[in-house]
Amino acid sequence: MVEQLLTQPRTTTDPMLPNLFRIHRVLKESYDTFTVELVSLEGYQTFPFAPGQFNMLYVFGVGEIPISISGDPLHPETLVHTTRAVGTVTKAMRELKPGDVIGVRGPFGSAWPVKEARGADVVFVAGGIGLAPLRSSLYHILSQREKYGKIVLLYGCRSPEDILFRKELEKWRARFDLEIFVTVDYANSRWHGNVGVVTKLIPKAPFDPLNTVAMVCGPEVMMRFTAIELVKRGVNPENVYLSMERNMKCAVGFCGHCQFGPTFICKNGPVYPYSQIQSWLSMWEV
Amino acid sequence: MQTFAEILKETRFFKDLNPEYIELLAGCGSNARFDPGDYIFKEGGDADTFYLIRHGQVALEVHDPRRGQIVVDTLHEDDILGWSWLFPPYKWHYSARAMSLTRGVAMDGKCLRGKCDMDTALGYELMKRFAVIMVDRLQATRLQVLNIYG
Amino acid sequence: MALQSFFRDSPPLVLEQQHFQALLDALRARGYRLIGPTVQDDAVVYDDVESVDDFPTGWMDTQSGGTYRLESGGGETLFGYTASPQSWKRYLHPPVLELWKALRTNGTYRVASADPPPRLAFIGVRPCELHAIAIQDKVFLHSEFVDPHYQARRDNVFIVAVNCGQAGGTCFCVSMNTGPKAAAGFDLALTEVVDGDLHYFLVEVGSERGADVMRDLPHRPAGEGEIEAADAILTNTAASMGRELDTNGLKELLYRSYESPRWDEVAARCLTCGNCTQVCPTCFCTTIEDVTDLTGSEATRVRKWDSCFTMDFSYIHGGSIRYSAKSRYRQWMTHKLATWVDQFGSFGCVGCGRCITWCPVGIDITEEAQAIRDGSGAAK
Repeated sequence: MVEQLLTQPRTTTDPMLPNLFRIHRVLKESYDTFTVELVSLEGYQTFPFAPGQFNMLYVFGVGEIPISISGDPLHPETLVHTTRAVGTVTKAMRELKPGDVIGVRGPFGSAWPVKEARGADVVFVAGGIGLAPLRSSLYHILSQREKYGKIVLLYGCRSPEDILFRKELEKWRARFDLEIFVTVDYANSRWHGNVGVVTKLIPKAPFDPLNTVAMVCGPEVMMRFTAIELVKRGVNPENVYLSMERNMKCAVGFCGHCQFGPTFICKNGPVYPYSQIQSWLSMWEV
Repeated sequence: MQTFAEILKETRFFKDLNPEYIELLAGCGSNARFDPGDYIFKEGGDADTFYLIRHGQVALEVHDPRRGQIVVDTLHEDDILGWSWLFPPYKWHYSARAMSLTRGVAMDGKCLRGKCDMDTALGYELMKRFAVIMVDRLQATRLQVLNIYG
Repeated sequence: MALQSFFRDSPPLVLEQQHFQALLDALRARGYRLIGPTVQDDAVVYDDVESVDDFPTGWMDTQSGGTYRLESGGGETLFGYTASPQSWKRYLHPPVLELWKALRTNGTYRVASADPPPRLAFIGVRPCELHAIAIQDKVFLHSEFVDPHYQARRDNVFIVAVNCGQAGGTCFCVSMNTGPKAAAGFDLALTEVVDGDLHYFLVEVGSERGADVMRDLPHRPAGEGEIEAADAILTNTAASMGRELDTNGLKELLYRSYESPRWDEVAARCLTCGNCTQVCPTCFCTTIEDVTDLTGSEATRVRKWDSCFTMDFSYIHGGSIRYSAKSRYRQWMTHKLATWVDQFGSFGCVGCGRCITWCPVGIDITEEAQAIRDGSGAAK
């Protein structure tokens, strides 16, 4: 069993058995967020995934949680996850050191519509930690920049201290083929950027609503209002994609925890077209 | 050189307004220009103007003795700045600071108030447009209060 | 395969009651651990059986909302009871299951999966329970991922179904089209006939394995009268269902009724105890527990039945998605009768009535569905 685990990218026998990875490094992103970079224990194994998919990460004896992949799909030799240290597992994960071993199951779930978006403008709308799952998609699209129209990233955070991937955002901002607008809920006068919620950026953002695919990720309330604002601007609800989050124990459709309407988020999601879940989003406690 | 009437017509705010009213409103307008760091108005000051921002970025601020200036909103090109001139006691609730070189049209609110009182149809048109802005900002503010990125 | 079709096409067989023990022996000889109905704690419990003496001879039950009473008086009947508190679920999808163990050594750890399960033979699986097993098969075997733990148990299991000679007070398999006669999914299906001095089982063979077992037992082809007698019993059972559920347009009805005031009414009674989910033969939800030993060098992942009636079930950072009792009952019932259909192609309810019987306050899924139907009509 063990030998098999070490040599196969993903066990075909038991989807509940983790593959073992080694922590390459842990990066502090902000006061409460961090990124873990993982490599296969043997060092040669690659881990193909589609942007938007997630993994179940297991910390020895502590527990397992779903986290979206925030790395570059073109570099599947390193598995990158960014998350906020809020629970027992993420807090334990933040304390791991290079060389420590972590269990990985995945990749699971649906992907951002990077193929469907070809030829169209692409608007990324991220809220808080929601930028992490979008980053994989952004990497993919920037690697095939010529296949897309305008690319716009609208990013909202609580405060300037919460901004993720700050250096990368600055690097991207210098590009002429990518427009980035960051806004925070509140700031002091040292902040030179926008203040206000991210939905405020939508009416004036430079994209053609009739030929746009929007990828939205953030807490549910933020996504709901963002989707409404995008549709108000004229984007077809079928072209607005959201990444949903629910309690999840297994990621393979066995545990029932992530049910959302007639779907399981682990299998049918996490990425859904807004048109498919619109009516469920407006219902309480489903 | 564009006339004020021409400038107003092109804004989101005055779009599709009866040309007669545009002319009338243009009569209340004047050019405004602020350097980065300039205060356009300050909390508690007399509110008798509103601004149509044509270029630049403006911060709406509240002063907190402990935390200094807190920015609660930023406004940009094609945004309307200021509605306190519409309602008594005609005092600014927040301070507005130019974050970059900011140009726009300053509209004389005192003059407009008189015109609106005389012509309630004009008053209604203007009020409707301001109501949209207020609703938008209220909704955005509620989301800010909700801490939606939590 | 030829053998199987020979048995399938042939008329049913008769196994005399005195040879029932031979059936048990034949199965044990093939290496099966036998699980069948026993009487424990004033209830019928599916547990290890060795001989016909372990079976609940003469025991019958009375069931209604929140009530289960076992009483003797059924004469020589082995299968005179109806749905037992626990279904076969606990053997195919155990309430507590070790998924794997990890041992920490030299800064890394090794993961090993659990031991293979024993080969089980189920004796006395009711037609509704066969459907429940088929439904769980869809969840664990016929979706994108296969659960090897379920598969290992399921692949090995030998199923002796027993058609229902009587309907329970909370039964509604006729409404759900799941009984009282087994149509598929068994190795052998029995109908017990007790008539004066006659006591025999009409046996239908459903698989080659079943045929192989029958070959070892004294049996004879059933006569026309014997087939008719068995049919008459099942016709009578079908006509005496304790409950009824109108499934016509039910999925759509429930999808339209998420805001029905009825949810508030049922929530006022519901204790959110989760009994219904534990006794339900199709409920499959689980949670995970990570256990470590005192030295911290050994970690075990354990899967346990969970219930959508707990607050914890839907907890994500910040709070529970379904915080009201109303939303949790609604989640359970709409899953059984609406969203399940879209997810797995059938209802998640087989009409066994356990959730009605074992609800401490007697909430009745058939009554709730009808109330929503009536309410939705009145609202229009």
